Amino acid sequence: MMDQLLAPAPAAQAPAPARRFKSGSNLERMLAAGHFAVTGEIGPPKNHDADVIRRKAALLQGCVDAANITDNQTAVVRLSSIASGAILVGQGLEPVVQMTCRDRNRLAMQSDLLGAAALGIRNVLCLTGDHQSHGNHPGAKNVHDIDSIQMVRMVKEMRDEGLFQCGEEISGGGPPLLIGAAANPFADPFELRVHRLAKKVAAGANFIQTQLVFDMSRFREYMKRVVDLGLHEKVAILAGVGPLKSAGMARHMRDKVPGMVVPDGYVARMEAAVEGVAAEDKTARREAWRAEGIRICIEQIQELREIEGLRGVHIMAIEWEEAIRPIVEGAGLFPRPAPEA
Amino acid sequence: MIVAKQKPLSELTAMLDGYRNVLAVGCGTCVTVCFAGGVKEVGILASALRMARRLDGQPMSVAETTVQRQCEAEYIAPLAEGLDEFDAILSLGCGVGVQTLAERFPDKRVLPALDTTFMGLPTEQGVWEERCQGCGHCVLDITGGICPVSRCAKQLMNGPCGGSQGGMCEVDSDTPCAWQLIWERLDRQGLADRLLEIQPPRDWSTSRDGGPRRIVRDDLRLPPPEDV
Amino acid sequence: MTAAETPFEPKIVAFCCRHCAYAAADLAGTSRLAYPPSLNIVELPCTGRVDVLELLRTFEDGVDGLLVAGCLPGRCHYLAGNLHARQRVDYAQRWLEDIGLEGERLRMINLSAAMGAQFAELATEMAETIKGLGPSPLGTRRAAGEIPSIGCAACGDPAPSLAESAHDRGDGR
Repeated sequence: MMDQLLAPAPAAQAPAPARRFKSGSNLERMLAAGHFAVTGEIGPPKNHDADVIRRKAALLQGCVDAANITDNQTAVVRLSSIASGAILVGQGLEPVVQMTCRDRNRLAMQSDLLGAAALGIRNVLCLTGDHQSHGNHPGAKNVHDIDSIQMVRMVKEMRDEGLFQCGEEISGGGPPLLIGAAANPFADPFELRVHRLAKKVAAGANFIQTQLVFDMSRFREYMKRVVDLGLHEKVAILAGVGPLKSAGMARHMRDKVPGMVVPDGYVARMEAAVEGVAAEDKTARREAWRAEGIRICIEQIQELREIEGLRGVHIMAIEWEEAIRPIVEGAGLFPRPAPEA
Repeated sequence: MIVAKQKPLSELTAMLDGYRNVLAVGCGTCVTVCFAGGVKEVGILASALRMARRLDGQPMSVAETTVQRQCEAEYIAPLAEGLDEFDAILSLGCGVGVQTLAERFPDKRVLPALDTTFMGLPTEQGVWEERCQGCGHCVLDITGGICPVSRCAKQLMNGPCGGSQGGMCEVDSDTPCAWQLIWERLDRQGLADRLLEIQPPRDWSTSRDGGPRRIVRDDLRLPPPEDV
Repeated sequence: MTAAETPFEPKIVAFCCRHCAYAAADLAGTSRLAYPPSLNIVELPCTGRVDVLELLRTFEDGVDGLLVAGCLPGRCHYLAGNLHARQRVDYAQRWLEDIGLEGERLRMINLSAAMGAQFAELATEMAETIKGLGPSPLGTRRAAGEIPSIGCAACGDPAPSLAESAHDRGDGR
């Protein structure tokens, strides 16, 4: 009954003509081929400058199998994720369009999913969305007509059964979208986090991108439970990583970001990275921090690759897209293999 | 109970600009027990308004009265007598009280002195918290008696979201995560497995989204006069 | 002497708890310690009896300053009456500021029955503060009986007739 990502769906379960892939996306084919997947992330600008997207895309091109496009991340208005995704499609970098439940009701979501598919977008990441009180329109009304788990199921029903939420048929079949969802192994209650993942899998998620992993021991514990439940065979889990930019950022993420656990050891390493560098030499400090941030990130990826059940990494280097290539290279994941057709 | 709080005095003085003779009407039910619009609060607000207006050189007379229940026409009907001499009614009732007055006295300006905020309870003396949004389809049976519609900032039906940490909500670190509470409650009752069920999208038409709601009980309606 | 030459003698009311400040005021008197003659002392069973409504109405009546004098923290005969009074005084001060009166016109002090000298000192200090602020801008004291009586349908007290509650409060007409 669970959607099997890798095995071809039995004929009885496939109303549409049997097809090997759900979406045919590069990401899906990479995962199907058993490669350790690498995804990146692009934050669209707070204006309509398409060149910003193109420049960032160029930095990721060849380094990642697909790039997430955030959807008004941290509840700040930005260029639309679907429009950005279309720009990426035009440039030959595969997008993973993020969509939050915060800004759209089920009408807008289904309409935008059709629109995304029409523009050549093949991956969608279903998110709850940060609360608007954290963003630049704290007085906005949030929607949350459906939640992220209901959204995953909605996309699956559209794709696999060709049905709108109301039960009406989508003429010509549903949009071919690989369904992603997020998981935060570090939020509380910990016991419930694996169950929540299981719900997302049961709802139809094909891949999972996790919150930034800094606390390796907690993540190992999480993955152990995931493997014990056999969830890793039903969904491709990509661990979130990201390079720290400075000791201040490490401290901020440790102390201030909800749902984030950053062990003191990393903060100490970032602080030690600038020891002996003159405080006035801002450029040298910046470089020292960034080099250490990239080093830590590479080590993390190497540690993560040893964890059973993990199928890839999702590298988040927002506003520092230049870091992606050295990280992917340093982790021995470059060049990216070409997926089978 | 319905919980409300008084509007800032500056907002009320601006709202009452130009009026000279106002009747402040309190309500003896919900807003009395949440200390927003009972006899005493009417007295305090009326006194403050008279003083503020006297200092502005625009003196205003504010008479005070409190009815038992502002949300039912029968209780406010006696106000009709003598209402002519007031240019406005300042209601210290909830939004329902304000509208009941406005419907009963359509020629009179009826102004709200309170911001009606939620349906909730006092968690300790002087602290009130929201517990219900009147969504029209109660799910407390499946959520361990803890309402995700009123207590989760994202109204999740399959929570908690990734922002829950240390039992607290990402929106406000003083607010408990509703889904953490739900999980703890169901776990305590040996029913945590129920959280594995995917709750389907809600039908919000029973909520505000369906437009103003109406309940009709035919067994309670008065027979038409011609049948009596 | 013309009105202009009359020195401003602030009208101050002191709500005094009978267990401490009222006795302290008495002690100040018997000890022949001077405190402002225009201080009107109102004896209360406890400052916990003081309500925001009474504090505001007293100002509306035209006093220039108001002292609430209760027991030392931890010494209230009713455990926490003085602490409640402090919270209400703080709350009433915010009202005064919103209304446009200086919050310093209202002050809470804590004393024991033996602190007659301190009572005289604090009362004098309050009078000096009010002299600095000048008379209450609300103007003359209203005539007795103009404070509206409140009917309460909620608790069963007869509500005043509208004609009665609409009685001119001395404001505006």
